[in-house]
Amino acid sequence: MAESEKEIVVEDPNAPAEDSPGVANTRTVDIVVSLLLIAFAGLMAFDNWRTGMGWAPDGPKAGYFPFYLSMVLGGASLYGLVVAFLERAGAQRIFVNRDQLRRVMQVFVPTCLFCLVTQWLGLYVASFLLVAGFMRVIGRIAWWKSLLTSFIFALAMFVTFDVAFDVLMPKGPIEALFGH
Amino acid sequence: MEALGLLLHGFEVLFTFKTLALMMVGLVLGIFVGVLPGLGGPNGVAILLPLTFTMDPTSAIVMLSCIYWGALFGGAITSILFNIPGEAWSVATTFDGYPMAQQGKAAEALTAAFTSSFIGSLVAVLLITFLAPSIASFALRFGPPEFFAVYLLTFCSFVGLGREEKHKTLISMSLGLLLAGIGMDTVSAQLRMTFGWSELYRGINFLVAVIGLFGISEILLTMEERLALRGHAASISLRVVLKVWKDMPRYWVTLLRSSAIGCWLGITPGGAIAASFMGYNLAKRFSDDKESFGKGRIEGVFAPETAAHASGTSALLPMLALGIPGSGTAAILLGGLMVWGLNPGPLLFVEHKDFVWGLIASMYLGNIVGLVMVLSTVPLFAAVLRVPFSAIAPMIVVSCAVGAYAIQNAMFDIWLMLVFGVVGYVFKKIGIPLAPFTLALVLGNRAEDSFRLSMIGAGGDMRVFWSNSLVGSITTLALLLLFWPLIGGAFGRMRSALVKKTA
Repeated sequence: MAESEKEIVVEDPNAPAEDSPGVANTRTVDIVVSLLLIAFAGLMAFDNWRTGMGWAPDGPKAGYFPFYLSMVLGGASLYGLVVAFLERAGAQRIFVNRDQLRRVMQVFVPTCLFCLVTQWLGLYVASFLLVAGFMRVIGRIAWWKSLLTSFIFALAMFVTFDVAFDVLMPKGPIEALFGH
Repeated sequence: MEALGLLLHGFEVLFTFKTLALMMVGLVLGIFVGVLPGLGGPNGVAILLPLTFTMDPTSAIVMLSCIYWGALFGGAITSILFNIPGEAWSVATTFDGYPMAQQGKAAEALTAAFTSSFIGSLVAVLLITFLAPSIASFALRFGPPEFFAVYLLTFCSFVGLGREEKHKTLISMSLGLLLAGIGMDTVSAQLRMTFGWSELYRGINFLVAVIGLFGISEILLTMEERLALRGHAASISLRVVLKVWKDMPRYWVTLLRSSAIGCWLGITPGGAIAASFMGYNLAKRFSDDKESFGKGRIEGVFAPETAAHASGTSALLPMLALGIPGSGTAAILLGGLMVWGLNPGPLLFVEHKDFVWGLIASMYLGNIVGLVMVLSTVPLFAAVLRVPFSAIAPMIVVSCAVGAYAIQNAMFDIWLMLVFGVVGYVFKKIGIPLAPFTLALVLGNRAEDSFRLSMIGAGGDMRVFWSNSLVGSITTLALLLLFWPLIGGAFGRMRSALVKKTA
């Protein structure tokens, strides 16, 4: 047996470089997340205080349980904030570097667009566009392969969910043409 | 033996053409999910859950649990052939599995991994068969205070025993519990934390959050990494299988020890990943030839795989008997139960005998069929990795969106999923564990209800949690576990002080 048959090799030509400059360090992200969580805890605490966080004659009011939870969340986040400020090591650890962020955005932005398109054109058209576009633009796969794959995929999803399992998906004008 | 009779009944439920077909479909999908980069057990189960929405609960759980077994088997393929652990608990399998593949013994390593996974699961399933019914019937006597104490114990053990930083576990858990409370309050029917936003009246669905946290965020994380891979193609011949099986009884101590560790850690919440490492390390410690570990020793494959599967399977025990999941995947299955209209908890054993015993029977059969399937089709699944990730990634995104939408037919949920995807990505990167979050989100409402019902019953007296020896000891144990790091530290200091004194 030839050696090439025994090995499976998949290349990744545009992999993120190890030495790509950092965009944010872990400490900064830690601090930002802690602040956001504290703000969220504060908001929740306020709302639960408004709902009623005390005791009614028959037991705790609706806001009681979540109010104290938001206190726990706020307290733990505050502790995390202090730790992040005091700790110096986190400042050296890169949270994400530029290449990595670029790659993450390559998936994230199309995913957001996909959600938007789903709202207007329905899920199946959106998924056809997402798969075809992603394969072509990011994977640099030949046009015909991308279009064929995504068409088969969208059709398979439609048959599986809408026809076979009766799980109905949002649909747009194009499916309406075919009477769905 | 009452359990045996019920188990036979379970097999009867299982042996219909439809259920068996669903089982095979589940296994194949599961192995795919386990092999594909960026997908593992919990993600796979979460994404494929919507397929089951219109099924009857028994078929649904059989298919879903088979996806889970398939994913567990599939994880071993990539660990051994490509040195890429599909899941955190496959990491220990790469230590000896990959060296074996490099030495041209990939087939032996794979056979060892699959067979030991099977043994681990089998031990755990036996445990479930005979222990779960008695735990459930014991728990039938539980009232709200007891249930709250058990929930408290679950949460506290995550904080006390987890290996992550304590405040991060606490953040993850309290955030999950808070989000679970959004929407209609189940006791007073009052709306809370919705800020008048009608989309939030329904509350935040647990499964939508899970699909975002595990599905979308995993895609983002996978894209960050270098996706090139180089590995060995392997096919397993019957000769190799028989040879490995013949040698296997020699390692019975390792297998038994790993099974025991796995079962124990699987039942305790938050211990699933630790099991495979512990199994591996103990096998190494008790071995006469420690040096050969890490260089392609078959025992180094047996030990972690047995433990990982034993824990993965036994994590379903508390879920079935008490309605408390022992792992992330078990939490998702629990979420599924609620979608299918079943109420998790000890009553399941009384009210839905078909469901429970069908599931347990499918654990036996699913593992046997899965073992045969992976042994015979490894080359096929390994070739899946040749499919470019740029084709797989968008398909996974679409499947996630389908899953999120299907749960409540709400477009809002797709956006929510996206938000949770980003949250999961950031949390994973700064070390906030997601398992407590998942657990809190699925248990939150029931924990709160049981707390408030006990308060209503006791007229607001907190002493109800120490009102009898059962609830008292569970509550005390929970608090002990919560403060275990502090108590353990104090013990350590006391002991070192004593040692100094005597020295």
